[in-house]
Amino acid sequence: MNEILDEPYLEQNELECVWEKPDTLTDTRMHYCPGCGHGVVHKILMEVVQELHIQSEIIGVAPVGCSVFAYSYLDIDMQEAAHGRAAAVATGIKRVLPNKYVFSYQGDGDLAAIGTAETIHAANRGENMLVIFINNAIYGMTGGQMAPTTILGMKTSTTPFGRDTETQGFPFRITELIAQLPGAYYVTRQAVHTPNAVRQLKKSFLKAFQIQKEKKGYCLIEVVSNCPSGWKMTPVVSNKWMEENMFPIYPLGDKKIDGKVVSD
Amino acid sequence: MSDVRLMKGNEAIAEAAIRAGCKAYFGYPITPQSEIIEYLAEEGRTRGMIVMQVESEVAAINMVYGASGAGARAMTSSSSPGISLMQEGISYMASAELPALVVNINRGGPGLGTIQPAQGDYFQATKGGGHGDYHLIVLAPASCQEMADFVFDAFDLADQYRNPVMILADGALGQMMEKVVFKENKKNNQQLDKLWATTGKPTTRERNIITSLFIQPEKMEAVNLHLQKKYQTICENEVRFQLVDTDDAEIVLVAYGLSARICQRAAELARELGVNVGLLRPITLYPFPYFVLHQLRQRVSGIMVVELNAGQMLEDVQLGVEGKVPVEFYGRMGGIIPSPDEILEKIIAFHETKLKRKPVTEFLPTLQNN
Repeated sequence: MNEILDEPYLEQNELECVWEKPDTLTDTRMHYCPGCGHGVVHKILMEVVQELHIQSEIIGVAPVGCSVFAYSYLDIDMQEAAHGRAAAVATGIKRVLPNKYVFSYQGDGDLAAIGTAETIHAANRGENMLVIFINNAIYGMTGGQMAPTTILGMKTSTTPFGRDTETQGFPFRITELIAQLPGAYYVTRQAVHTPNAVRQLKKSFLKAFQIQKEKKGYCLIEVVSNCPSGWKMTPVVSNKWMEENMFPIYPLGDKKIDGKVVSD
Repeated sequence: MSDVRLMKGNEAIAEAAIRAGCKAYFGYPITPQSEIIEYLAEEGRTRGMIVMQVESEVAAINMVYGASGAGARAMTSSSSPGISLMQEGISYMASAELPALVVNINRGGPGLGTIQPAQGDYFQATKGGGHGDYHLIVLAPASCQEMADFVFDAFDLADQYRNPVMILADGALGQMMEKVVFKENKKNNQQLDKLWATTGKPTTRERNIITSLFIQPEKMEAVNLHLQKKYQTICENEVRFQLVDTDDAEIVLVAYGLSARICQRAAELARELGVNVGLLRPITLYPFPYFVLHQLRQRVSGIMVVELNAGQMLEDVQLGVEGKVPVEFYGRMGGIIPSPDEILEKIIAFHETKLKRKPVTEFLPTLQNN
């Protein structure tokens, strides 16, 4: 398969270049499953870093989860954190380098289960950083177990009869919770399943980095994303399922702008 | 120019940290070490340090990870239960080779235990503590002066070896007040350049990555071999210890920290009874001074280990002695501190029963008077 991909069977001048990988992404091939949203979020994030010319001014924190290897793809200085501790590690970096841009990139298990305390307290302190939160309602890296954001009735390898409230509680809408904290300045929920959603996410990234530049406080961008492998669906079906089943529980849009909670 | 103060051991650590150029402290209060964060919250912040009381010890150690990875001198402090919570982060830092100072003002355990002084965390401090094959450099002060001095040494060793360093003291050393002399510190301005730190990737270099994840077995083994080689270098170059009156000693006591101070007095009392007793005080608990025991075992009749635990350093002493001479142990637990007389009785009993020496019963009236 590699031979086919590497073969220069199309002369460059035969096609018009409509998109180029930003220089802020490395040439390493991503390990993400076909159709997964992680790669798109990486790409958008690094496009923004390139457009703002902040490659030398930014430090990222990778989590434990599917994006554990994020530092292989993002051509910036990065630290790999212990599971759940990305917000604490990012706090440590930001406090000693207050004039640099700092972000953490975390999944639902990392941010909303094992790292709940670090997540909430970083927001409550108003740490001047960006937390990127990929919510795909499942533990992809470990093979499809329940996440705190798994919706009711959803079957995973640890909820084979579907998630029920009696044993597993409710889907955790941590983004709405964080929006209530005085330390949070900008809180939004986005997606990457359509070109328009991707454009909206890019605007959110730009806004969050502008806020960080102006030292206005904590930003959280949740991205509701699909997990075709974990959900056992094709990418197309998974996106449709996400729209029909995830969005009613995790509605897209801004939850807090300029320090003010947006009412539903 | 030197500066003489009367202060608690905990305060001495805090003041030394400011002077050693520590840029960031993250911690969570716990008795008997809260004076460290209290002192820094006022003095440290006034003098430009980042000092944060955070949500847990788990968060604190991971903030130290982040700050150290970003190139800053960083530290945390806690006491036994809090240090247990930090073990995950310490393991990650050892693997990612991040320098930092972790202070453990040991209290009685296990569990929530007691707030009184103890040495029950020796195994945890010296043998790894968290998961995987790693070691901290462990310094054991025995006075308020050393509580201060070892902070400077700890930061320098941490930077030199890119390894977390622990100061392992106990509740008594943390709480007691003594004279502390601060000499002008010139090293402060000579910190090593941390070219590996994540400070933002300029166009002039490749990106820096701080990680402890090496998914390929070959790479993971290579990282381990590198760490082991580093620990070997540390063992060859950084062993520190103190010998007191061992030249003519028949029995040598081995003790560190607070118990070493008590043993020194017990040894003096034994000499008054005609039994020549000396003291070996390991200052680095890792690396442990095995070679000193290799020498001592050739000329002493017996060795007695005294600890505020059930016998932890005892195992390292036994490894050093290799059965060549009898090794006795005396320990108190739960926050109980033995008196010099109590240890003296054990020395005399060891002298008579295990070493089969002439009883010193004619000295008993003296013994009882002490």
